[in-house]
Amino acid sequence: MTRFIRVAVIGVASLLFLAACGGDDESPTAGATSASPSIKNVTVGSANFPESELLAEIYAGALEAKGVTVERQLGIGAREVTYGQLKSGDLTIMPEYNGALLQYLDQNATASTTDETNTALKAALPPELEILNSAPAEDKDSLTVSQETASQNNLTTIEDLAKVSKDMTIGGPPEMKQRREQQFKDVYGLEFKEWKALDVGGPLTVTALKDGDVQVANLFTTDPSILANNFVVLEDTKSVFGSQNVTPLVYKAGVDQNIRDTLNAVSAKLDTATLTQLVGRVSVDKEDADKVAQDWLTSVGLG
Amino acid sequence: MDWQWAADHVDEIAELTKSHLYLALMPVLWGLLIAVPLGVLCVRLSWLYPPVFGVVNVLYALPALALFVLLLDFTGFSNATIIIPLTIYTLVVLVPNVVDGLRGVPEPVRQAATAMGFGQLRRLVQVELPIAIPVIMAGLRIATVSSISLVSVGVLIGQDFGGLGDLFIDGFQKNFMTPLIIGVVLIVLLALAADALLVVAQRFLTPWSRTRVVRGRTRARVARRWRPA
Amino acid sequence: MNLLSSAFGWLSDPANWSGSDGIPTRLLEHLDYFARSLALALVIAMPLGVLTGHTGRGGFALLSIANAARALPTLGVVIIVVLAVGSVTSLWPVLIALTALAIPPILVNTYEGIRNVDADLKDAARGMGMTGWQVLRQVELPVAMPLILLGIRTAAIQIVSTATIAAYVALGGFGRYIIDGLAIRAIDTEVAGGAILVVVLALLVGAAFIVLRRVLVPAGVRHQS
Repeated sequence: MTRFIRVAVIGVASLLFLAACGGDDESPTAGATSASPSIKNVTVGSANFPESELLAEIYAGALEAKGVTVERQLGIGAREVTYGQLKSGDLTIMPEYNGALLQYLDQNATASTTDETNTALKAALPPELEILNSAPAEDKDSLTVSQETASQNNLTTIEDLAKVSKDMTIGGPPEMKQRREQQFKDVYGLEFKEWKALDVGGPLTVTALKDGDVQVANLFTTDPSILANNFVVLEDTKSVFGSQNVTPLVYKAGVDQNIRDTLNAVSAKLDTATLTQLVGRVSVDKEDADKVAQDWLTSVGLG
Repeated sequence: MDWQWAADHVDEIAELTKSHLYLALMPVLWGLLIAVPLGVLCVRLSWLYPPVFGVVNVLYALPALALFVLLLDFTGFSNATIIIPLTIYTLVVLVPNVVDGLRGVPEPVRQAATAMGFGQLRRLVQVELPIAIPVIMAGLRIATVSSISLVSVGVLIGQDFGGLGDLFIDGFQKNFMTPLIIGVVLIVLLALAADALLVVAQRFLTPWSRTRVVRGRTRARVARRWRPA
Repeated sequence: MNLLSSAFGWLSDPANWSGSDGIPTRLLEHLDYFARSLALALVIAMPLGVLTGHTGRGGFALLSIANAARALPTLGVVIIVVLAVGSVTSLWPVLIALTALAIPPILVNTYEGIRNVDADLKDAARGMGMTGWQVLRQVELPVAMPLILLGIRTAAIQIVSTATIAAYVALGGFGRYIIDGLAIRAIDTEVAGGAILVVVLALLVGAAFIVLRRVLVPAGVRHQS
């Protein structure tokens, strides 16, 4: 009998402990029904790199300042994952880059300016999704080389790279090969000896480029380590990376005009210089994305 | 190691710890609830054990990350995607231990219980399982420690599913050691604490084993007496 | 099952068997990480386990260290080492993490195996005039061998399975298929295919140990257990 009591005691204690720790299940809400006049709940997602999280925090902070309850789902993964989630309404809002998004939806797109890109995007998007206004701020994928590689091979543009790329290893996020291999070949005649999957414009990519384990790397243009290491961003003369304005991609049924206006107001105030500076605070100064976001929102009167 | 950062982020770290414990311990609980009946069945129906053991071994070989990712299409971005694979890993350790523990009950003891009029269920609950506790507990300890360690891999699915693993990604992306070190140290401490608690629980549940120390001394005395002169 | 058929489709595609991302290349990388970390773990854990098991001293400290090592989160260790070493080609991140993973089972099983050798056997051996060293080599090790092999086998399977994490820090091995597949959402094909490869390799390694058991465990001991 006493043993039974002992077992029961341990069992109850464990269950209480777990209940205390425990889980709200993390299934996100897709926003209120369209019957209600204003939407009070949204889910903001981000991709798995710091700038995306920063932008998500900026959107979230601005919306919260307008009384919307925001659930954050940060660091999900590449667009291949997040897009599906948006389409199904699991996510309501994602900070996107118009050019890359267009590439993802239509591999043959040739739009290069912001307006062209957005027009093409509006046509390419499914009915459930829409893009809001683009911010002036751009963060582009790039093909970047080290100072030595650039001077040794006389490289200033990506076209120059085509002459020597056959002997080079290119490094970037794991999804880059599938996304870009054909396109690089078609537009620039680029062929690489090897494609190395690194991280999403993070420390591994920087290290690999610095150490020479890759000769060309995809670093994002707002990355502070480009300047810090004297890397050379090769000019995208044929605009294969297009315009890459920060643009909110939203699930139509999950947002209302209030939300749209709020996000458009944010986009209006976000330019490349600001974005670069904010990203620097996160990557270099190791500050928290939400704090950096809040500081900026407050400074421009949106937080 | 940036202590200021640590101090500033205590709340966040505490939250992550809570979620980490939940994601790690739920599988252990479920594992126990499944492994004990399953183990008992495998002992009763001896033909059941080889296939169960085989399946369990194959599942053990599956890398955690792959299991998490494969479940995404079925259970989506929810806690279940982390808890189900971790439960499987717990079963991998627990089922063999339950079986071994039950099989290790001396036959005379089992017969004595039957002779005293114990029915099968009563014999199981009041005699066989208690005797098997040390072996089961050994497995439970390993399962718990591994579970706590493996939860962090969940962060590769998304930021809410890795518990303290979130700190790893944060540190990685910013090339910042502090959250990484805090994450690793906390996980190890949590695991050791859980292990210690289980040892205490074992002592609590098997009061008869506390005479072991005395028996040990007795055995040594006997051995000395019998050594050839 | 849909998942299995798409995975096998990916596995049977000849394009996936050639080139620097082909299955043979990744297999060799995976085996490389496996062999090195298992060897390192054996070199560290076996002598420690044998010594403490034979002398009976330091058991508690040993088990505590093994417990703590078991708790080390592999992902965290891999990331810390890769950032500390500052190179994407160095194998140290994966080696340190996998060796730390492999040491506890080998250490604990070796220690327990030798420790639990029947005292009568040891007594008889000493009675026959064997030195401590001889007792170890001719009695304790052979008798403990089944348990020791089990520990090494457990470690080996864990290494094969966990070596997939190397891909997260830009290294190779079968984990590459899981990480890259996850990135492009090719879950039914690449991720599933990669997972199957890992499982098959792990099962082969496990089977190899059955053969090893036959070779290394003396007949007398084998029939006993």
